Amino acid sequence: MKAFTYQRADTTAHAAAATAKPGAKIIAGGTNLLDLMKLQVETPSQLIDINHLPLDKVEETSEGGLRIGALVRNSDLAADPRVRQRYGVLSRALLAGASAQLRNKATTGGNLLQRTRCYYFYDITKPCNKRSPGAGCAALEGFNRIHAILGTSEQCIATHPSDMAVAMRALDAIVETVDRKGDTRTIPIAEFHRLPGDTPEIETSLKPGEIITAVALPPPPRGVQVYRKVRDRASYAFALVSVAAIVDSARGRIRSARLAFGGLAHKPWRSPQAEQELVNAAVGTSTFNAAANAVLDGARGFGDNDFKIPLTRRTLHSVLAETTGT
Amino acid sequence: MDEQESDTELGKIEVTRRTVIETGATALLLTTLPRAALAAGPVEDNEPPPPPVRVDLRINGHLYSLTLDPRTTVLDALREHLALTGSKKGCDHGQCGACTVLIEGRRVNSCLTLAVMHDGQSITTIEGLAAGENLHPVQTAFVERDGFQCGYCTSGQICSAIGMLAESRQGMPSYVTEDLMRAEAELTDVEIRERMSGNVCRCAAYPNIVAAIKQAAGIPT
Repeated sequence: MKAFTYQRADTTAHAAAATAKPGAKIIAGGTNLLDLMKLQVETPSQLIDINHLPLDKVEETSEGGLRIGALVRNSDLAADPRVRQRYGVLSRALLAGASAQLRNKATTGGNLLQRTRCYYFYDITKPCNKRSPGAGCAALEGFNRIHAILGTSEQCIATHPSDMAVAMRALDAIVETVDRKGDTRTIPIAEFHRLPGDTPEIETSLKPGEIITAVALPPPPRGVQVYRKVRDRASYAFALVSVAAIVDSARGRIRSARLAFGGLAHKPWRSPQAEQELVNAAVGTSTFNAAANAVLDGARGFGDNDFKIPLTRRTLHSVLAETTGT
Repeated sequence: MDEQESDTELGKIEVTRRTVIETGATALLLTTLPRAALAAGPVEDNEPPPPPVRVDLRINGHLYSLTLDPRTTVLDALREHLALTGSKKGCDHGQCGACTVLIEGRRVNSCLTLAVMHDGQSITTIEGLAAGENLHPVQTAFVERDGFQCGYCTSGQICSAIGMLAESRQGMPSYVTEDLMRAEAELTDVEIRERMSGNVCRCAAYPNIVAAIKQAAGIPT
């Protein structure tokens, strides 16, 4: 691990100002950052510890939703009775992620900002455009079983590893931030994470000197909420494919549907076209097929991950059957 | 409690086969790596160490004041600075659970958190569970149910199980809990396996680990 100086942030403004300095990094749970620092993938010269900031509450909003402080631990958020009752898809997604020990440390803000688990990003002896822009991508021609099939670029085929963020994408969560001047901003989660394009090193729309303070959830949409995760082990593994679904149906007809996918892209993936195929459609295989075709429009495998295309189709079928009670 | 303190004072440690092996390994490391590397992994030879930090930790009921390289993880503080080697370093990347300890009563991977981040907090390790000669009920159950073979993951398994049982009593659901609204999920084998999935056992003693946890929780096996 490279040497760094350690500082505790006393205020949110102090933390935001500190992140504007080159080499400075915020540390909260540290479960991803310290892992990467041990491998020298991350080499901050200064760590700003924000664990003592008052950002650890889950509060009701006036609109009937919830505001989740950036430092609320994944385990506490999953267990919150309001989340379990109204946002079951989020509780289940959180519980699908990592292990209990890691969830006890990992935070809401940190989960959104975690880095890809691409093997070549983690291996500093291999070229990676995300780690060293312009170096090339070892995954394109390498072992790419866990990699993306949607929204990829010639520069990067990494996936975003979060389960929590996939559920938040289905729930249309809003990321709240503050910058070093004290100005606040809200960012819809759809615009928070970016596709790799030519700049895979830029993963979010956060600016230097801007930190996450909370994630706001709008009131829960009507419908059955499901989070389904398909992975290599029954537990404690990243998603190959995951689906967060909120589907409202009655008497064999779908009224509304929201679908977000993990393990497929550089960001939690949402398909408005697939949702459109479902609205006002009859529950059944042909409707589910149309939705799957829409999600996978433009999907491209890179060899080892070709299986993700049929796996996504089958997982979506299963989730739609479950949410519509068929 | 005084007994434990004498165990952890460096001057009073009884020489065992383990301490001989550790001393030998440490001497070897010292000939090839700078001091900071012991606590923080590989470093550049010409890199100056960062300014040390003062950290107060209450470990197993005793207060320790340490001066540490800020890179020192809780695990390395325990093992390298306090000779509390019951917590094991398996992967050092939060993937195996062998380093699990309880910080402020919650189970965490001590390899993935810095000691300086826990200044003023309380830590319970495997060394702090027994009351004198009386083992903690989870320790007793692991012995009686043969919940280990090589034993390397065991201290992490036991600390994790204690944290897990507390979480369960507080109503924490898991990924396999069918009804998220149920106040306290029944600890079936499937529930225990899911809740303990952060602790890997290379000997695959899992059936006996599950049995031990059920025994400690008072669930018929």
